[in-house]
Amino acid sequence: MEHDGASWLLPSLVYLGAAVLAVPLARLLGLGSIIGYLAAGIAIGPWGLKFVTDPHAMLEFAEFGVVLMLFLVGLELEPRRLWSLRRPIFGWGSVQLFGSALVMLGVAVVAGVDWRVALVGGLGLAMSSTAIGLGVLNERNLMATSAGQSVLSVALLQDIAAIPILAIVPLLAVQGAATQASGNGWIEGAKAFGVIAAIVFGGRLLLRPALRWIARSDTPEIFTAAALLLVVATAALMQSVGLSMALGAFLAGVLLAESEYRRELETDLEPFKGLLLGLFFIAVGMSIDFAVVIAHPVLVAAVVVGFVLVKTLVLWSMTRLMPVALAERSVFVILLAQGGEFGFVVFQAALGARVIDTETSSLLVAAVALSMLLTPLLLVGADRWWAAHLLRHGSQRTLDEISEEQHAPVIIAGFGRYGQIVARLLNANGFSATVLDHDVDAVESLRRFGWPTFYGDATRLDLLRVAGADKARVFVLAIDDVEQSVEVAKLVREHFPNLTIVARARNVSHYAKLRELGVTLIERETFDSALMSARSVLELMGWEPHAARSKALKFRRHSIDLLEQMAPHFADQNKLVAIAKQGRAQLEESWARDRAQNDAQRARAGWQPPAASAAPDAEP
Amino acid sequence: MAEIVVIAAHPQLQHSRITRALIAAAARSDPQRVELRDLYRRYPDYLIDTEAEQAALASARLVVWLHPIHWYSMPPLMKLWLDEVFEFGWAYGPGGRAMAGKDLWLVASTGGAESSYRPDGYNRYFFDHFLHPYEQSAALAGMRWLPPLALHGAHRVSDAELDAHAAMFAERLGSYPDWPELAELEVEAECDVPADARPPDAD
Repeated sequence: MEHDGASWLLPSLVYLGAAVLAVPLARLLGLGSIIGYLAAGIAIGPWGLKFVTDPHAMLEFAEFGVVLMLFLVGLELEPRRLWSLRRPIFGWGSVQLFGSALVMLGVAVVAGVDWRVALVGGLGLAMSSTAIGLGVLNERNLMATSAGQSVLSVALLQDIAAIPILAIVPLLAVQGAATQASGNGWIEGAKAFGVIAAIVFGGRLLLRPALRWIARSDTPEIFTAAALLLVVATAALMQSVGLSMALGAFLAGVLLAESEYRRELETDLEPFKGLLLGLFFIAVGMSIDFAVVIAHPVLVAAVVVGFVLVKTLVLWSMTRLMPVALAERSVFVILLAQGGEFGFVVFQAALGARVIDTETSSLLVAAVALSMLLTPLLLVGADRWWAAHLLRHGSQRTLDEISEEQHAPVIIAGFGRYGQIVARLLNANGFSATVLDHDVDAVESLRRFGWPTFYGDATRLDLLRVAGADKARVFVLAIDDVEQSVEVAKLVREHFPNLTIVARARNVSHYAKLRELGVTLIERETFDSALMSARSVLELMGWEPHAARSKALKFRRHSIDLLEQMAPHFADQNKLVAIAKQGRAQLEESWARDRAQNDAQRARAGWQPPAASAAPDAEP
Repeated sequence: MAEIVVIAAHPQLQHSRITRALIAAAARSDPQRVELRDLYRRYPDYLIDTEAEQAALASARLVVWLHPIHWYSMPPLMKLWLDEVFEFGWAYGPGGRAMAGKDLWLVASTGGAESSYRPDGYNRYFFDHFLHPYEQSAALAGMRWLPPLALHGAHRVSDAELDAHAAMFAERLGSYPDWPELAELEVEAECDVPADARPPDAD
């Protein structure tokens, strides 16, 4: 790979090219970027296209990505939030991590594995993938639910626990390697303590003033350089006394967590962290020894199934005691049961400290990667199986009536701000409705008001049937997500033609899609509110309130008519623009006509201002 | 377009007996001949489409105003309709000949009994005393004011009486313009409204 002076050129080409190709592909396939990086690494490494034959140099460089990641973890730690969430985080989080690790340790030792290797393996496999977990939560809009919060707490603990784990791992190294100087043990210990103390105290005293001075130079790139320098310096210091670089970075991050530079540091370092971490995963992929994997397929499979099973069991038992709603348990378990990127970090550290050998490392890395690949499949399967299971058994109190058919004449799908208003007006007038929503907490609180509420996904036909769609008269489609809303509308139009749909449209294109399906009673969610605000502005500009109202309502009528004209042509951008322009011209024309008419009347009548006593006739 | 246009207005149709029955009777007529426009149903937000209303009246020969009498006058949306649709320059004033020659027929109901509409009754005047504004409105628009059809004591009317009344209304709609009393109607004086009668409209 050497070439005259630019020896970094070709490797950069290889790495960047691999990442740029592999990651979007992986995301397209629904597999997540981490799998992409791993795949890229495997592809360019000694077992693939052999662009890189010695991954270890790159690995050491890329480890810096992990260090940066832990700096950012420390930076983003909010002590107050941590304290308020201390029970779920330190309680349940520890149960998950250490519980799983211990069980796996036990199983492995019984199976004859050396306890050190078993411990490393257990700790590494007990970690979950934050990227996948939080990504799925966001995608399914489940962050605010109890399951979402629980996943977050466990993930936070894993972040925090990574530090001591990474610190402990080198200490597990077999006798010969680490403790070669038993006499120097005390000095080593003192040096380590000294360095940590230096970082903490020096940091508290010097960091912020230093950053302030740098910030004052008003050169943004220098601030970024300073941030990187900070991390590199602490890492170097820590490494000089044999401590984990990541721990140093984490400490530095915590020191700056409450400072005014936090946001800027985050923004500056995030891209570096992203790229270097990606590089790290590529390096991990490269260093997987496939010979081992191919030689022991059964073992790999057994490890994957084994550790996922152990974690699932631990997580499942946790859900029985934690505040996780019944219907969300499957998501909670699956999102945390797979292995995660932290595991790679742990295994690399262990490999570096020679606690485990390359064979074991490759096996474990392969196991984690496979489990990450399985997650999307598991999620889909869980959706189908678990939801069906709930429908059949529904023995828990919150989902009691799922198996009973409902008969309310109105069904409301989506119980956010929009659906709630509809429901309240109905309720105030003696009507009840069957409500469908996918937020369990909302569902629970609703039941207290005596509404038959279902937890569920309104895009499922069987759920709609049980909700009484066959016999109801009106279906209120108050779902905010455009795609889901359109899907439900299609389903209802196809299977329940007896239902009249009253829909909420998020925007004009949503309106057009619903219109296309034959829904006529559609309201744009912000339109009328915005008009009311516009009326207020007109009044503030000196208009009489009633005049503002009349104008606003005329404008409303015009807008709706225009929308009706535009809706069928929504696919055609040019036509839309033409219609919109025409509409605007028409409106201006009609107002100009009104003004002209009034002027003409004035001119014709030779108008004199009315006498002071005469009551002004209002405009008809 | 229809020859007879019925402008119906009841603020609370769900609680109405008389007006609802008469609306139903009108709805049973031949739609080519009788067009029913229920104002409160069409314009629940009180935003009257003046152009549409004027267009609907264009081909009419008979305009029927069907509403309950509230406070000796018409319901608010009906009044709004009158104010906005019978514009200066369209229904009256210079160039305002759109309604000229058409017939206006009031079909109303009152809560008070007929006996109350007497100088010694609690309404203190005969019922047609309160109809002067209607009459004059018709005159100003050049319309012929037909003898109104009024049902008094609406709350105490029996179902049989109501059915008979509705049937009579339907029959009248069917037999227009062959009504015996039309032949004897006087021609009203022309009302010449000068151009400066109305102040300019603010916009």
